[in-house]
Formats: sequence, C-alpha cells, structure tokens
Amino acid sequence: MGNHNHTHTHNFSEQFIFSGKLKTWTLIAIVVGVLSIAFGFLTDHAERTYANLLLMAYYFACVCATGTFFIALQYVAQAGWATGLLRIPQAMSRVLPIASVVLFVVCAAGLATHNLYHHWHAEGITDPNSPNYDMIIANKAVYLNVPFFLTRLAVFLGAYSFFAYLFAKYAQREAEQGGLVFYDKSIKWSAVFLIIFGFTTPIWAFDTIMSLEAHWFSTMFGWYNFAAMWVSGLCVITLIVILLKKGGYLSWVNENHLHDLGKFIFAFSIFWTYVWFAQFLLIYYANMPEETVYFYKRWEPEYLPWFWVNIIINFVAPILILMARGSKRHTNTLLFVCIMLLCGHWLDYYMMIMPGTVEAERGFGIIEIGIAIGFAGLFAFLTLNQLSKRSMVPTNHPFLDESLHHQI
Amino acid sequence: MSNIKYILGHFADPDDLMHGIDKLQEGNVKIYDVYTPMPIHGIEDKLGIKRSRLGKVAFCFGLTGTITAITMIWYMLVYDWPMNIGGKPHFAFPDFVPIMFELTVLFCAFGMVGTYFFVNHLAPGRAPRVMDLRATNDRFVVAIDAKENPYHDKIDNILKEAGAVEVKHNERKYVSYE
Repeated sequence: MGNHNHTHTHNFSEQFIFSGKLKTWTLIAIVVGVLSIAFGFLTDHAERTYANLLLMAYYFACVCATGTFFIALQYVAQAGWATGLLRIPQAMSRVLPIASVVLFVVCAAGLATHNLYHHWHAEGITDPNSPNYDMIIANKAVYLNVPFFLTRLAVFLGAYSFFAYLFAKYAQREAEQGGLVFYDKSIKWSAVFLIIFGFTTPIWAFDTIMSLEAHWFSTMFGWYNFAAMWVSGLCVITLIVILLKKGGYLSWVNENHLHDLGKFIFAFSIFWTYVWFAQFLLIYYANMPEETVYFYKRWEPEYLPWFWVNIIINFVAPILILMARGSKRHTNTLLFVCIMLLCGHWLDYYMMIMPGTVEAERGFGIIEIGIAIGFAGLFAFLTLNQLSKRSMVPTNHPFLDESLHHQI
Repeated sequence: MSNIKYILGHFADPDDLMHGIDKLQEGNVKIYDVYTPMPIHGIEDKLGIKRSRLGKVAFCFGLTGTITAITMIWYMLVYDWPMNIGGKPHFAFPDFVPIMFELTVLFCAFGMVGTYFFVNHLAPGRAPRVMDLRATNDRFVVAIDAKENPYHDKIDNILKEAGAVEVKHNERKYVSYE
C-alpha cells in the first residue's frame, strides 16, 4: 500500500534484559507480600488475610488469563495490528499455570481452614437435624459442595493453562521454523479455547467470588467479572508496553498501537459499567429481599463511599479522560488511566469480596496494601522473566509487517 | 484567461497518486482535493486535511437525545401523571437510564444519517456533486483549482511525468448525471 516500500530500521534481535534494580524491586515487593501475610496471621486477622489473598490470587489469575484470551482473540480475528506487541500477552499467558496453582491453593486452604466460603461450607449445614442447618444451602449442595467445587476450579484453570501452554508452544515453534503451519494451528485451537473460556469464565466467577455469599445469586455476575478481568488485563498489557517503550524497547510500537489499546480500554470500561448497571438495575427494579441484600450490604455506611468511588474511578474517569482521540495517543495520559483502572478494579474486587467475608471488620492497611504489592511483584517478576527469555517480537508471525505499518 | 476551472489528473494506482501529490507539492501547486475509490492511509496528513468535526456533531445530537429522554420521562412520570411503581420514588433515576441511553443512541444515529445526506448533497431531487465519475470506480483523481494555479502546461507536465494516465481540463466544477 502507498508509500510503504521502504524498509524499517527496527532492531528485531534486541532482547529485554531483566536484571539490576528492576529485578531487585520485584523481589522486594514479593518479600513485602510474604511479610504482610505473616503479619495478618500473627495479628489474628486470618479471615481478612484470606480474603485479601483470594482477591489478589483471583486478580493475578484473571490478568494472566487475559493474556491467553488476548492472543487467542488476535488469532481468531486474524488481526495484525497487535503483532508487534504480542510478546507481552504471550509472556503473561506463560505465567497462567503458576497463577492457577496459586489461586487453587488459596481457595483450597481457605476452605480447609474455614476462612473462606464458610457461608456454604460449615459443619452440618446440609443436615436437617443440625442447628447449623440452612435450607437454601442444602438445596444448592448438589452443586455447591467441596469436592465438586475444587474439581471445577481445577478443571477450568487446568484447561486455561493447557491452552496457554499450547499457544506458547506454537509461538516457539513458529519462531524456530517459520511458515504458516503454526499460525493455522493457533487459529484453530484459539477458536476452541474461546468457546471453552466464554462458557466457563462465568462459572469460574460464580464459584470463586459469588459463592462467598451463597444465598444470593445474579446471572449477570459472570459477565460482570469477565468485563473487570478484560479491562484490567488490557490495562496491564498497555502498562507494560508503555513502560518498555519508556525504557527504550519496542521502537516499532507507536501511538497508533497505543491508540487501539486505549480504544479497547475505553470501550470495555463502558462495557464493565453496562454489565454492572444491568445487574444493579434488575435488582433495584424487582426489589426482592433475597436479591437486594447484596446491594444493601454495600450501601451500609462502611462501604457506601467506596461504592461510589468504584463507579467514578472505573466509569466516569475513563470515559471523560479517554473520549478524546488525543488522550488515547498520548503516552502519559494512557499510563495514568492504566494505573488508575488497575487500582479501580482492585477496589471493584474488594467491593465484591469484603462485604461477603469480613463484613464490618473490613480494613485498609498493611494487610491489603502489602498483599497487593506482593502479588504485583510476583506477577512482574514472573512475566518479565518470561519476556526476557525470547526476542521482543514474533519475527516469523505472518502479520508482523502489517503491525509495523499500522496507522489509524 | 481561459475558461478552465479545474485540472484533473487521473492516476491508475494509489502509489502513483501519492507520488503525483509529492511532485505537485514540490512544484508549489496547490491541490484542491483528491478523490479515490477507496481510503488511502496517510493521505490526510499529506494533504494537510484538518480533522473532521463529525465527532462534535455526533456529541451534540447525542446530548439532544439524552435531554429529550429525561425531559420526556420527567414530564410523564414525575410531573404530569405520577404513579406508584413498586414503591419507588417517582423520580426513580436508575429506571430512566436505559431510555436515556437508547434515545441518545437513536438521536445520534439519525443525526449522523441526516448530516451525511446534508454534507454530501444527497437530498432527494438533488444531483450529487461529483468532479469525475471514474473517481468512484477505478481512478485516483487529483483536482487542482485552475484559477488559483497559473501555468497550466507546467501542471500538466508534472502530472504526466508523475504517471498520470489522463489529464482533463474541465470548464465545470461538477459533472452532472444528465
């Protein structure tokens, strides 16, 4: 097309070097996380610590799963624009098996120690003769019991991890051998993955988060969680791209690619609001006690300010900041929005988890901040470590040239 | 002076067209506009075309829709005929949001269609404005205002040297469909 006959001057053989201060800081963050967990247990805040561990382990697994989802989406859409930055979601995707294990361990330990999910997992809760008997839970026990719960979690996370491994393998083979064989295979298995992922992520969210308050249910909850997952994952991808560019890498990624990522973040922030509001509106309109209890808890003075902050930070702020074309193409604006939305979706998960677990005992202190820092450090360490092992660009990807000339 | 109003350079290929634009700009020839059968990346920047105001128009239409919706619902359900629906306050804002959203989208979409017809002179009964019919088919056409740019021979030469397959001197701005 047009004047695109010139050759590029990018250095495709450059590799990300993960060492020095950056590595030290990620390790310090992990240590901070471990110390905060220890602090939580030693100061007799076991339930609060578990709730925070669940929050961050879920967030961590969701962001890594978004990496897999992102590359699968690019393959199935046969999109070319993102090829130049595809190594970043690929690196995130490669961390997914570890994130899955972490989430599974947190859920299993929370169940075993009765710190999580005690709403439906307690002694005699399904036994009509027990003082703990709960008829609603007993009726749900066919689905909501410990072996089936853990099996579902293991199967879902295992399936996502398997596909993450498969795409990583194909990307590796493609880099070594070239040709279209692995691209075609990736498309085929991406389609399979997207179907499985689409049907199982709502159930994953029902199990891991919604069952904390097992009397209440909402069919919108799964998509609401998917929207949160996808926005925060896109923010992580964009954040890493921007920081790498600031560090002098990724010369072939320019404001056009950032513009597309910005559009994604803008659009799915609105989508998040759409599902959030759809869930709220149905409950508000029907006004049935067993449904309104969810928002009733979040409307208590303890949580009310954060209820509003959640909407402002995840909807009003991104829609106003990112609406203009220029702000999506301006690196520092986009960087600010990414960091803001990552904090915003932490708060979103906080609002999903805390009122159902620690309720009025909630806090915001060393445990919350420390565990968040610890998981951020763990994610950064593992992802950047994966990123440093390969070239920064999939040189044999058939759409690389299109990505280099991407213009909008 | 002659009666020539516009000089049209026809190119058969977008690469030649871009090359032709470069050559005209090097020769300080002001380009009136370029017509192509398909979008070409980077041509707006090359011609220095300002960003479209369409976004602002869309915003105004959307805002009209939002205001219409909220005024209408307020008049119907709060002012004129308040009803008790599920014990809610009469001004039950969350219930109004879907209607406000839909009317915003509706006004915006209709407004954009209207704007499109208005800007492109496509109202029923009006002849569309086309400088060269083949620009909608297989030719990439550069239009140069002949009154503003003297030395027509020089322009012809630049166009032909850049690979133009045809150069037209038109005495009328638009062709008609008669």
